[in-house]
Amino acid sequence: MSRLELGAWALGVLVLVVLPQALSLFQLVQYTVFMIYALLALSLDFIWGIAGILSFGQAALFGIGGYVYGIVAINFGLTPLALLAGALAPAAAAGIIGYVAFYGRVGSMYFAVVTLTVTLILYQVMGSTADPRYAVGAAELGGYNGMTNIPSLSLAGPAGQPVGPAEGFYLAGGLLLLVLASCVALARSSYGRVLQGIRENERRMELLGYDVRWRKLLAFAISAAIAGLAGGLFASWGNFINPEVFSLPQAAIVVIWVLVGGRGSLWGAVLGTVLVQYLASLLGQAGATYTTVLLGVMLIAIVLLFRRGLAPALTEALAHAVRRRPGMAARG
Amino acid sequence: MDQVLVTAVGVLFAISTLVLLALGLAVIFGMMGVVNLAQGEFLMLGAYTVLVSTSHGLPVWAGMALAPFVVGAIGVLFERSIIRFLYGRPLDTMLATWGLSLALVGAVTLVMGPATEGIATPLGSIEIGRYSLSVYRLVVIAITGGTVLAAYLVLGHTRAGLVARATMQAPGLVAASGVDPRHVFMATFGVGAALAGLAGAVMAPLTGVVPSMGLAFIAKIFITVMVGGSTVLLGTAASSGVLGLAESAVSYVSTPIYGQVAMLTLALVLLRLLPDGISGLWRERR
Repeated sequence: MSRLELGAWALGVLVLVVLPQALSLFQLVQYTVFMIYALLALSLDFIWGIAGILSFGQAALFGIGGYVYGIVAINFGLTPLALLAGALAPAAAAGIIGYVAFYGRVGSMYFAVVTLTVTLILYQVMGSTADPRYAVGAAELGGYNGMTNIPSLSLAGPAGQPVGPAEGFYLAGGLLLLVLASCVALARSSYGRVLQGIRENERRMELLGYDVRWRKLLAFAISAAIAGLAGGLFASWGNFINPEVFSLPQAAIVVIWVLVGGRGSLWGAVLGTVLVQYLASLLGQAGATYTTVLLGVMLIAIVLLFRRGLAPALTEALAHAVRRRPGMAARG
Repeated sequence: MDQVLVTAVGVLFAISTLVLLALGLAVIFGMMGVVNLAQGEFLMLGAYTVLVSTSHGLPVWAGMALAPFVVGAIGVLFERSIIRFLYGRPLDTMLATWGLSLALVGAVTLVMGPATEGIATPLGSIEIGRYSLSVYRLVVIAITGGTVLAAYLVLGHTRAGLVARATMQAPGLVAASGVDPRHVFMATFGVGAALAGLAGAVMAPLTGVVPSMGLAFIAKIFITVMVGGSTVLLGTAASSGVLGLAESAVSYVSTPIYGQVAMLTLALVLLRLLPDGISGLWRERR
């Protein structure tokens, strides 16, 4: 680990600790959800940026995590257990999809379309559960209105006090840093290097004797668990979840976060998320329809003009202007 | 006997709509290899063409005849402005057309409003014993048959079809023979968009017209074309048959939502069992 990197981590922790003191309650709650979204973006950057597998289904896995958290929390009240279940259920779902796709040696394009298809089907299925008879135990699924009255996470057991805004912020931020650090470590492990090899040339890795299918499956399951963790936190944060998490704009914005941050860097996904969501919250007053148009145009513009992502392009431009040492520019 | 006939027409209708909806994508995705996620919005634009023309006093059929040309032109416009820069970069194409899809849904919502508009189903219905059957459904089946036949004849038995197929196989060779492959790509994309426009227009009286209507179709048509595999027309027709049958059978005994789930599950199983006919195709072409 270089000194620069160590400094970056220290800065991250510092920002996390100091920020709540400087924010209003509204901002605190808002930034908490930014960090939950950043966790979701991280899940995509891990599978797409490191392993080179584009999944459009991260938002759907996030949604499964949220729903499972809600079902377990409402029925049993054990919220930490619910959070764990919310991470494991999407991992299992990813296992099934990944088994079909990777062991069937479905091409990368088809994988993206399959994940998108699953997302859309989930949207319609969850939307059709408005009737009260669609319930898991005491948890009514609620159709397009979604599942309401989901208990907030409480670390002291069922009877304990649920986490407040500040604790929620520290929890989301802490988990984000922890997962980010784990992803970075994983990317540098021998497993992570094989994943990067698969990204660069899958056939060659196979010929070198690595079982590509199993490693891709594992990577997808890990990323699904991260997305599900974010989904569980989201359901706890807002005390509700609805099928909008399975909608196309939601699936698209995850890709945009990662594209803006520049894929493959992991930390870029976090920055991209915060940047895009902050701008979106400024634009929010203009109405959701304008936001959708803007999202679409952004996606087209990034693809046509900034192939490697907005943040890397900016960093490069900056580095060029300042004529920094190339080694530093590469590390950012 | 009456019930058998009505059920048979119902199943045939389910399969036909799937073929009709998927045909444009079969050309754009199946032939050209362009993963066009805005295909659902092309369908939507076709439906809106009918809505706008009927509100201006034109008969429904005129709107349906107009839709392929309008949407075909729009398709060519987007091919020139976006898609052509992205040939050979499938993932980028996917992202850009996804952006296009979101932007089109948003833009149409701003112009036409978010409400679902109805178009009266033309032609009424006929009585078969105790059952009544919408004549329009029979017309949809006929239009599908006609369109598939026309597509088959154009692709297989005309010079234009030959050039189009050759361009997808070996653009360099086509260029050497004096035809600009870029024009062929543009025209083929336009035809795919026009087919979507027609399908959207034909479906409009049955589904209602709403900016987000493409969402209901996009997943269906992609899995249909994907399961279809190698031979574009025949494959799409065959997979529409299998998937449409599964969907209507399950919908019949439970709800349309479970029908969709059954269709997706079957598609995943088919993908797992027949990976070569599907992903192998892609590798061959690019």
